[in-house]
Amino acid sequence: MGALWYRIGPVITVVIAIFVLWYAGSVALNSAWAYDKAKRAGVELTTSELIADTLSQEKPKLPAPHQVGREIWKTTGEMVAKGRAFSKRSLIYHSWITLSSTLLGFVMGTALGIALAVGIVYNRTMDMSVMPWVIASQTIPILAIAPMIIVVLNAIGISGLLPKAVISMYLSFFPVVVGMVKGLRSPGKMQLDQMKTWNASGGQEFWKLRLPSSMPFLFTSLKVAMAASLVGAIVGELPTGAVAGLGARLLAGSYYGQTIQIWSALITAAALAACLVGIIGMIQKAVLKRMGMA
Amino acid sequence: MGWLIAGIGIWLGGWALNVWLANRPRTRATSLAVPIIFGVTLILIWECVVRGFEINPVLLPPPSAIIARFGTSLPTLWEDFVQTVIKGAMSGYIIGCGGAFLTAIVIDRFPFLQRGLLPVGNFVAALPIIGMAPILVMWFGFDWQSKAAVVVVMVFFPMLVNTVQGLQATDAMQRDLMRTYASSYWQTLLKLRLPAAMPFVFNGLKISTTLALIGAIVAEFFGSPIKGMGFRISTEVGRLALDMVWAEIVVAAIVGSAFYGGVALLEKAVTFWHPSQRG
Repeated sequence: MGALWYRIGPVITVVIAIFVLWYAGSVALNSAWAYDKAKRAGVELTTSELIADTLSQEKPKLPAPHQVGREIWKTTGEMVAKGRAFSKRSLIYHSWITLSSTLLGFVMGTALGIALAVGIVYNRTMDMSVMPWVIASQTIPILAIAPMIIVVLNAIGISGLLPKAVISMYLSFFPVVVGMVKGLRSPGKMQLDQMKTWNASGGQEFWKLRLPSSMPFLFTSLKVAMAASLVGAIVGELPTGAVAGLGARLLAGSYYGQTIQIWSALITAAALAACLVGIIGMIQKAVLKRMGMA
Repeated sequence: MGWLIAGIGIWLGGWALNVWLANRPRTRATSLAVPIIFGVTLILIWECVVRGFEINPVLLPPPSAIIARFGTSLPTLWEDFVQTVIKGAMSGYIIGCGGAFLTAIVIDRFPFLQRGLLPVGNFVAALPIIGMAPILVMWFGFDWQSKAAVVVVMVFFPMLVNTVQGLQATDAMQRDLMRTYASSYWQTLLKLRLPAAMPFVFNGLKISTTLALIGAIVAEFFGSPIKGMGFRISTEVGRLALDMVWAEIVVAAIVGSAFYGGVALLEKAVTFWHPSQRG
């Protein structure tokens, strides 16, 4: 019990503190509008009335956690109960749109990243010419080009999932390249010599030594890549004019001042990110355990 | 047709040159020349392909058109640069990184806070924080203050996590030595632990440079005054003036690389003692 509390207790305290601050913040930020309303109605507000009003406004500056929670439930659980889980008003539908382009971009980015890393490790020319540009490519704020990629790909007839996935791919290939180059180079001189004494071919050296020893590096970069990929998908949805997806919900919410909608999309995106990264973490644990590395 | 043949020629030429250079003994000059040749070859091929296939400049303008556009609209680009980079990104970067650094020092004094805030901080650092942009634009208005706020939120957690990690980088032996010198908490902090934390701090600072630019530009998609790089990109895309968009991207790329390079140079000067800088 004591050991458990030692680990979890501080986290719970911090989370509770965040909620308390959140409620305090919504009372503070929304009180101006509440006072304004009361003044026009010609009534005086008591403290309890003020707090009740600030926590139940329709378009609050900062919605209270329970309002966001209710909105999320209304657009997920209730929709499922009504059998309309994939209607356009349901967050499940929008999450699915975002999730599908995130995953496609993630797979493409991982494949590109691994391919580049293998090339860089095995080809000296590629190492010297491509590696600096891989690093430079990330100092360019790529998200800034997102609208252009979407519009240009639309103009040549590619629309829907792929343009968003391309942006996700661009963001997610970088951590994979860096991690895999490090991982594929991690076997020491002794181990490589050992392979040589066994007369291993180049392919055997790759499959039996380099690839297995790169696994811990790969999974760490996959987690970063997944988070980046989700960000790419969300930003990729902005310029399509708020059609579908979590990014579109954010944009539509900001156009119409629907703060509760923005926050519920944001929390859903956060939960999605946490789930995806958590799943990779679980696979990592299982795989590394089987390989005897963890 | 001539353009395409020229493009293929340049490709093969650049490739052959690079292979030849890469197989010579590695010197400062070759390790600088090879990536430059690679980049120049790419740009030349781009130019040749666009001209050879007669691609509509609305879709993909040739590099020459982008350079021409860059030259003629310098005042606009400068105005956008000041609005987005100097006012939005830089002020947010300084406030965010400074705040995170000070918070990390406070957290470091209280193990309870450390165990509580670090997992939460790690979690938040993986979230799509950029989604906060519309909310912060609503709170702080359309001008640069809201962009700086987005940048602060984006850089805070990566910086915090890195600094806290850095402050734990000293080992027991070193801290014991400081204790035998009877040094106070502040002396240990200033003379041992902060210098030892610098490689981690600079890692956070470097990650934050790109995040700061991304935050400032994307926040402008949610509303901005009629200047700024994000504003210009989203409106010029709407008008299909792709050469202007590319000119802004060139500015963003130069600023991003210079910002990162500047921090990396500073790192080299401050952490000259670290093994990764001596090799």
